[in-house]
Amino acid sequence: MAAVDQSPFRQTLGRVFSNTSVLIGGGLALVIVLIGLLAPYLDTRDPAGISPANRNKPPGFETTVRDYDTGQKIPVTYRMGSDTLGRDIYSRVVYGARTSLIVGVSVAAIAIFLGTLIGLLAGYFRWADGIIMRIMDGMMAIPAILLAIAVVSLFSAGLLSVIIAIVVSEIPRVVRLVRSVVLSIREEPYVEAAITAGTPTPTLLMRHVLPNTLAPLIVQGTFIVASAIIVEAILSFLGIGIPPDIPTWGNIMAEGRQVFQLHPHNILYPGAILGLTVLAVNILGDGLRDTMDPRFSKRV
Amino acid sequence: MLSYLIKRILATIPVMLFVAVFIFLLLRLTPGDPAAMLAGDFANDAQIAEIRAKLGLDEPLWKQFGLWISDMLRFELGESFYYKKEVSELILSRIEPTLSLSLLTIIFTVLIAVPLGTIAAYKQGSWMDRGIMGFSVLGFSLPVFVIGYGLIYVFSVQLGWLPVQGYARIADGVGEWLYRLILPAIALSVIFVAFIARMTRTSVLEVLGEDYIRTARAKGQTESRVLMRHALRNAAVPIVTVIGLAIAILIGGVVVTESVFTIPGLGLLTVEAVLNRDFPTIQAVILFFSVVYVLINLAVDVSYTLLDPRIRY
Repeated sequence: MAAVDQSPFRQTLGRVFSNTSVLIGGGLALVIVLIGLLAPYLDTRDPAGISPANRNKPPGFETTVRDYDTGQKIPVTYRMGSDTLGRDIYSRVVYGARTSLIVGVSVAAIAIFLGTLIGLLAGYFRWADGIIMRIMDGMMAIPAILLAIAVVSLFSAGLLSVIIAIVVSEIPRVVRLVRSVVLSIREEPYVEAAITAGTPTPTLLMRHVLPNTLAPLIVQGTFIVASAIIVEAILSFLGIGIPPDIPTWGNIMAEGRQVFQLHPHNILYPGAILGLTVLAVNILGDGLRDTMDPRFSKRV
Repeated sequence: MLSYLIKRILATIPVMLFVAVFIFLLLRLTPGDPAAMLAGDFANDAQIAEIRAKLGLDEPLWKQFGLWISDMLRFELGESFYYKKEVSELILSRIEPTLSLSLLTIIFTVLIAVPLGTIAAYKQGSWMDRGIMGFSVLGFSLPVFVIGYGLIYVFSVQLGWLPVQGYARIADGVGEWLYRLILPAIALSVIFVAFIARMTRTSVLEVLGEDYIRTARAKGQTESRVLMRHALRNAAVPIVTVIGLAIAILIGGVVVTESVFTIPGLGLLTVEAVLNRDFPTIQAVILFFSVVYVLINLAVDVSYTLLDPRIRY
């Protein structure tokens, strides 16, 4: 079965999984995903549970709380300290991973789906190209965070409006990427051959053009995840993103601002985890770019 | 050259038009009464009726847009319902801090990033190169408010060297102005340094492979002269392009940095406006930032001819 092992797909796969950046970044990202998934089992408490007696405690603070049902005293540790309401920062940070990951992954998925659709239209149909690209140029003329802020300001705060806002600001970049790939592919002999053979346009796009956009889109998707996680954190930090009752890294930091000088742990722990997560995803993206898409790596 | 200039300026018109339409439609296409939204949460019926009349909300959409755009072009941006002031006045009074922060950030960035990128390219593959590129990925991954608070923690809270927050007008003394701006500007420049060092490296690497570099070395020029005069000058065009494009990141970063360090600039104004649902201000500030961004990129494009005499249009 040597022939199967030589297939370009297998070769690429082999290259991807032997790349140091992919392994380190992917491994770290996997750990964060697991933390998000397994949040209830990681010795966390209710992330919204307040405790007026234990406000603003330093990291590592140990105390006991009375269990409501049994009346027994059970020891608890505030691994990352507590906030101004006595909530456990560690539990909030662990649960916060969920929000960041949900936002990152759904923004990437939606932006890539819509961006690919629009990009295919623009790249393949000349009449649509001019109009679509002028619109995209216009959208890119509004700095991404401001665009997200503008969209968020129209809706009531919430997970969905944050996702929509970030998707809107990410779409133009996906459209540009897909369009540029389509423009180069449509001149290829096999596409011309397919046209000559009378392949209907939808089939042509799906079977011959779309697969070529896959590698650059996976790479771009990783970077979108990273940037969406940052923008969500920024919006929540500014107080215009996800409502404060849902723990997100940005929200935890926003709530820690008032007491930062006395109790910096409110900001430093979620900040560090946020930075680490984005770093992991960016390293993974760098690795994927170098291994999956050699053309792209030369361009950037 | 002149015809290029005219063409390039004309090309910005559709972009600006789209931006204007987009910002205009933001309010009109969302569910709810735009007049009520513009008036804010504390308005009474008379105020809402007044706004409706002023915006011509009973007119067709294209007429409303005409009214709105002609107001914007005359820099009549409406009245802020939160500050009870003309938005144009508000913007003018907030420009100085933002401009100061942005300029200082760009200066820091160029002073740090261009040498770093050049060294990385010159010592390609060495530990220095890998270190600088590693820093670049790190700088790109740390959000500006995380860096900001990290710096405040070390330099203000622990060491007590610099103020935690606040801004001093340049008219009150350059020393005080700089003293308060150093930390925010450093925080904001990290992501920029990461971005531009990487770009400088790529650009210089490409140039170092050129024949004229070999020629310069062959005629016995010192390495520093080869790097400065021959490599860096030829690598300048892509570097300046990236600085222009990165202005978008800068504007986003300004909004966040001003919030972290409580600098009363346009960024803080944007956040306050959103928090108070002050729509005239939100619209005007976003329009203002976008126009600035488009104009800076126009200037960058035009500056190519000055940087590189080979480029003739």
